[in-house]
Amino acid sequence: MALLEVNDLHTTFRTDDGLVQAVSGVSFSLDEGRTLGVVGESGSGKSVTFLTLMGLVDPRQAQVRGSVLLRGEEMLGASQSRLRDVRGKQIGMVFQDPMTSLNPVKRIGWQLEEAVLIHHDVTRKEARRRSIQILKEVEIPKAEERIDDYPHQFSGGMRQRVMIAMALINNPDVLIADEPTTALDVTTQAQILRLMERLQAEHQMAIVMITHDLGVVAELADDVIVMYGGRVVEQSDVTGLFAKPEMPYTWGLLGSLPRLNVQGARLEQIPGQPPSLLHPPTGCPFNPRCEFVMNICRQELPPLEASAAGADHLFRCHLDAAARTEIWQQKQAAMMSEDAA
Amino acid sequence: MTQFLIRRLFWAVFLFFVATIITYLIFWVIPTNPAQLAAGHAASPEFLASIKHRLHLDKPIWFQYYYFVENLVVHGSLGQSFINRESVDRIIGKDAPVTASLVFGGAVLWLSLSIPIGILSALRPRSILDRITMTGVLIGISAHPVWIGLILSFLLGYKLHLTPIAGYCNFFPGAPGAQCEGPVQWAYHLILPWVTFMILFAALYVRLVRASVMETMSEDYVRTARAKGASQRRVMVQHVLRNSLLPVVTILGMDLGLALGGAIFTETIFNLPGLGHEVIQAYGANDLPVITGVVVFSTVCVIVFNLIVDVTYGFLDPRIRPS
Repeated sequence: MALLEVNDLHTTFRTDDGLVQAVSGVSFSLDEGRTLGVVGESGSGKSVTFLTLMGLVDPRQAQVRGSVLLRGEEMLGASQSRLRDVRGKQIGMVFQDPMTSLNPVKRIGWQLEEAVLIHHDVTRKEARRRSIQILKEVEIPKAEERIDDYPHQFSGGMRQRVMIAMALINNPDVLIADEPTTALDVTTQAQILRLMERLQAEHQMAIVMITHDLGVVAELADDVIVMYGGRVVEQSDVTGLFAKPEMPYTWGLLGSLPRLNVQGARLEQIPGQPPSLLHPPTGCPFNPRCEFVMNICRQELPPLEASAAGADHLFRCHLDAAARTEIWQQKQAAMMSEDAA
Repeated sequence: MTQFLIRRLFWAVFLFFVATIITYLIFWVIPTNPAQLAAGHAASPEFLASIKHRLHLDKPIWFQYYYFVENLVVHGSLGQSFINRESVDRIIGKDAPVTASLVFGGAVLWLSLSIPIGILSALRPRSILDRITMTGVLIGISAHPVWIGLILSFLLGYKLHLTPIAGYCNFFPGAPGAQCEGPVQWAYHLILPWVTFMILFAALYVRLVRASVMETMSEDYVRTARAKGASQRRVMVQHVLRNSLLPVVTILGMDLGLALGGAIFTETIFNLPGLGHEVIQAYGANDLPVITGVVVFSTVCVIVFNLIVDVTYGFLDPRIRPS
């Protein structure tokens, strides 16, 4: 049994302008100890997918459909108290902006202890002991002293370590990290990623790494989901995806990765804007920006189908296999020649 | 901290001069003859001249202002009333407790009403409760205190005989010539003024609290608390409330400081002998020392309450705590 299994998840927000289809039919599964990279632009539905499965979307505004199984237990429609048990204990979450994600008027220690005391019937002293312990694990120097500091006395990278500590303090099965390094500078990003890798090994947990950075995915993930316009457009293990991506949006993402050894070469960019989820395009969500668009793309949503590489590599595209192979080989050759130049 | 206080003190002195100079300038611009009022209509020209001399009204306005400042700095006195020679210090000492009773009692009422209602409205935006509240807020903001006061006084006092129509009783018994005294009578006579104040300010504060709570609930750290598994109650009490009351403290400090200088409308309607009542009478009589005295007192109140706000803020928000 998979640790986390999501089937045909839909999240729709009611707004003053109409219905917003934030997530449309997302399915994936996550096994214990694995790392799933979820890639997509802002507004692709990647964050909402995981807020939904944690029960953190406002039920007064959002309609949710589908199934989320955590160790076989259905989470959609579970009682609020059951969801509260799961949050922070079985699933920990780290958010994008560490500058605003900690309560500014409470001490770091208080906020960590709170996470323990909500889920465990222990004394505050024991909660404090665990908090100091976990701060040491995330490599906060002088943890015994810094625990009594307020968030504003910490740097961004340090605060993100505190956030990770808070998510891990109850030894969750899954850590959901929503762009945990996006707001940090590059050297700090690398430290945080290494820290997460080490903690994953020590705590034996699964990680969902939500990001728009394929570099992060290449470094950490075992499996990858590419999301676009609220849908999964490609899904594979990480080597399969980087070896032969099967659809134009993924090609675009790979082409827009900066490469250090190429001097003066222009980064490829994906033209246009992410689709409006209020008035999504008919057919394939990527068709307005796709350079290989055909008539059928504007009429029919391509099904999620298995690639020639195997049943584990799924993608959505109307282009036929020969065309896809040829285009990818050309793109690859172009990148290689740039690298050589 | 010391540096902060010194800066504050300089501000206070500056504000004092700005407020008093403006008061003197206005007095100089409007055509007045306070000596005539003090001397009476039938006074002889010689007597009028001697009164003018005694009140320093025969000197230019800048000298009058200098005399006022000198008197305050050297003798610590705000001077004497033009009309009846009563010490302005004593007048303010007599009136300020009345205004303070009105303002602080009203503040307790309006806060204990608007904080819970504001929070409930924020928790259920667009619900029936929220809509009713927002309608009430609109009425409260639109209504003038004179109108509210008169309606209350007419209905509850005159028609139903539930409360006194107007008047004030001292909290502490023993004042000579008082018709009524003691805490019970004091509170009984202040019910309607308090309610008037409450209706006026509760409307503003419900809106303020509601907006602030709603804004705080969408903060990232509130989402973090939910992701930790905190219950709705815990999220509200531990994470939302303290943060959302910060702006309320600021506005409350400013309102209290301002209102202590005299709640002119409410005091007039209910015939409360407070600072607002006093200053209106002093305007009518061109009694410059009394007007200036109230202005000085009011300025001091605003400054002191802003200081209290800053200190409270330091307790509530560690980010601006002076280390």
